[in-house]
Amino acid sequence: MSDTTSDSMTAMIADTAERLFSDLAAQAFAAIPKHPGDGAVPWDAPLWRAVEELGFPLALLEEEAGGFGLDPLTALGLVRQAAAHALPLPLGETMLANLVLAQAGLALAEGPAALVTGVGINRDGDGWRLSGSAADVPFGRNLQTVVICDASGRIARVAGGWQTAEGRNLAGEPRDTLHFDLVVDGCDTADSSFSPDLINGLGALIRAQALAGALEGVLTRCIAYVNERVQFGRPLAKFQAIQHNIAIMATNTAAARAGADMAAAALPQVLSDPARFLRQVAAAKLRAGEAASLCAPLAHQVHGAIGVTREYALHPLTTRLWAWRDEHGSETDWADHLGAETLRRGHAGYWPYLTGVEGDLT
Amino acid sequence: MSAIHFPPPPAEIAFPELRAQVRAFLRETLGPAYSPYARARSWTGFDAAFSQKLGERGWLGMTMPKKYGGHERSDLERYVVLEELLAAGAPVAAHWISDRQSAPTLLKYGTAAQREMILPRIAAGTCFFCIGMSEPDSGSDLAAARTRAEPVAEGFVVNGTKLWTTYAHKSHYMILFCRTSQSEDRHGGTSQLLVDLTTPGITISPILDMAGEHHFNEVSFRDVVLPKDALIGQMGDGWAQVTSELAFERSGPERFLSSFTLLTQLIRILGEAPEGAARRSIGRLTAHLMVLRHMSQSVAGMLARNENPMLQATIVKELGALLEQEIPEIARTLAATAPAHDDHQTFAQVFARTLLAAPTFSLRGGTREILRGIIARGLGLR
Ligand SMILES: Cc1cc2nc3c(=O)[nH]c(=O)nc-3n(C[C@H](O)[C@H](O)[C@H](O)COP(=O)(O)OP(=O)(O)OC[C@H]3O[C@@H](n4cnc5c(N)ncnc54)[C@H](O)[C@@H]3O)c2cc1C
Repeated sequence: MSDTTSDSMTAMIADTAERLFSDLAAQAFAAIPKHPGDGAVPWDAPLWRAVEELGFPLALLEEEAGGFGLDPLTALGLVRQAAAHALPLPLGETMLANLVLAQAGLALAEGPAALVTGVGINRDGDGWRLSGSAADVPFGRNLQTVVICDASGRIARVAGGWQTAEGRNLAGEPRDTLHFDLVVDGCDTADSSFSPDLINGLGALIRAQALAGALEGVLTRCIAYVNERVQFGRPLAKFQAIQHNIAIMATNTAAARAGADMAAAALPQVLSDPARFLRQVAAAKLRAGEAASLCAPLAHQVHGAIGVTREYALHPLTTRLWAWRDEHGSETDWADHLGAETLRRGHAGYWPYLTGVEGDLT
Repeated sequence: MSAIHFPPPPAEIAFPELRAQVRAFLRETLGPAYSPYARARSWTGFDAAFSQKLGERGWLGMTMPKKYGGHERSDLERYVVLEELLAAGAPVAAHWISDRQSAPTLLKYGTAAQREMILPRIAAGTCFFCIGMSEPDSGSDLAAARTRAEPVAEGFVVNGTKLWTTYAHKSHYMILFCRTSQSEDRHGGTSQLLVDLTTPGITISPILDMAGEHHFNEVSFRDVVLPKDALIGQMGDGWAQVTSELAFERSGPERFLSSFTLLTQLIRILGEAPEGAARRSIGRLTAHLMVLRHMSQSVAGMLARNENPMLQATIVKELGALLEQEIPEIARTLAATAPAHDDHQTFAQVFARTLLAAPTFSLRGGTREILRGIIARGLGLR
């Protein structure tokens, strides 16, 4: 595809997504249970149908595999956009499940899907026995397809038969535990070079993109609010302290997005250079998580009391920031990963490590 | 969405061969005797002989036309050379301003005679510049500058005082921002002049910083007569010309590598397998550096494509200064060594130098408060 056609295609897909997501955002917000005791956010069937009709769950696939041949930045941009509107949508999860299925040569997912680990895939007669539990599976109760990666990299595509124990994260998104104890026949499994660590890294990549999206949503809301809300006879936006808080949020939001895009660009090398992929993801998830920790309280600060109410649409974004920063590795976990990798190379190896070009400076 | 976007950096920014060449040159030129303490000066270390060697190697004026002694290489290649020099803590201060700011200004606005006379010398690493913007009563508020250049028959007569002028005492020229006429508009009536610092009537007085180092100066002008052809660009366009320099000034690798020597020294003393908190702190700093490099390279790409990344450049400088200032504080929590200049330990010395330089990181090139105001305005708040 030439640069200009891919640019206009990118813009068209982003515009289409933006229209769809902003049209459905109010309805998704209205559907959030008023009391925590009322359970998780409900499944939004019309939203999923619309997303599926547009082919978004296949966005990461090559054209030959049924996708659009989009670059990963554009494809994962859809995850970011959906997150900016706090939509209940396992879009990134399904995209990645399809990516792994396509790589493993298995049939693509039916309906919403997710990648899981923690479940063993072992020979049982002519078939494969799946046994074990996968924790914190996004929208587990709503999934039609589950893609398991076991410790050896074997992939299994499963269309049902698991037990679901319901749970949810701080934002009320379903995070369920799926218990497996069943036998599938041979054609639904395949060997691959993926590993549970890489699957976790893929999850961290989409969380980094989603965090960037939620941060962009928060920033947009804050800017609108401070331009509109008047105190002391002036819009809040006129006060320098407010301007500086917005600037802090904007710089961190930009960094979260830039980091997430940096990691997205490494996605095509996930199997050819897994260490580099995980390094980029580690930096992205850590940076986005830190931005979330800084921006969520500032967003509430500039909103005053209205911002902490159930009926004002800030909490769906800020509670997602607080939930997602811990999912697929917190800042602490990824700092540990990067620190161990860096320190192993010693101080002379640090700059070569950062630049990816060997050769000492001194 | 109102967020500020950083497009992906150009793929070719890796330039592995060029990086390897610069590293080999640095190992050879600086040698093992060039200590971490010297490297910790970062881009404030002055060494005219080093600048000349860099010029001979073709790594100054890299993007300038060949007819002015330049090398017609890409902005991205130049970026890679800068980054390697800074990471090594090479003494780049002598040519830093002339290569980064003065040459592009002269190339864009200078007369043919100014370009022919000066640009080849900048590319050779033998002609150094300083910036004459700040004054006693004009810091963040640059438009409050009072230094006047009175147009007269033979040219201009300059009176006034410039302050904080980095390395004026070792420079050949200054690009002076001053008033050349009365104007209702605070930004109007200003111009940029090329000042030969040997002109009679100019007094350069040292100002020592708190570490006792001499880089700052006060430069006073008393009835200094400059020729007509000292004018750079158009009379009265000084404000527009000066502000167009800023994207180049704010986004480069110098905005996140000022504390880099301290960070590598910290990694050295921690050893290869330190306990958890130390490991995680280094990992965290690494993540920040990776993302900032990515953002800075994104701006380099925008500059190379002649886009205007003013807001992105401002963001890089703001986040970069925060990181550079955090590094000494983190070093302090991980290493049980107090900062001291005359300690026999390399780490203590590097720590001392970086700690005392750190407050300037959010002052020079636009203070943190001014940058945050620019970002907020860019998002429509005013
Ligand atoms: C290491 C170093 C090298 C330098 N080299 C040069 C040089 O070569 N040439 C040159 O011309 N200048 C140079 N400068 C000067 C530099 O540009 C100024 O220090 C800078 O513009 C700030 O001006 P100021 O120091 O007068 O501080 P001021 O402008 O007086 O500011 C003092 C404090 O008040 C804050 N403040 C000011 N205005 C506002 C506002 N509107 N809202 C909120 N807060 C505000 C500032 O952010 C700052 O925190 C250098 C400075 C340093 C530290």
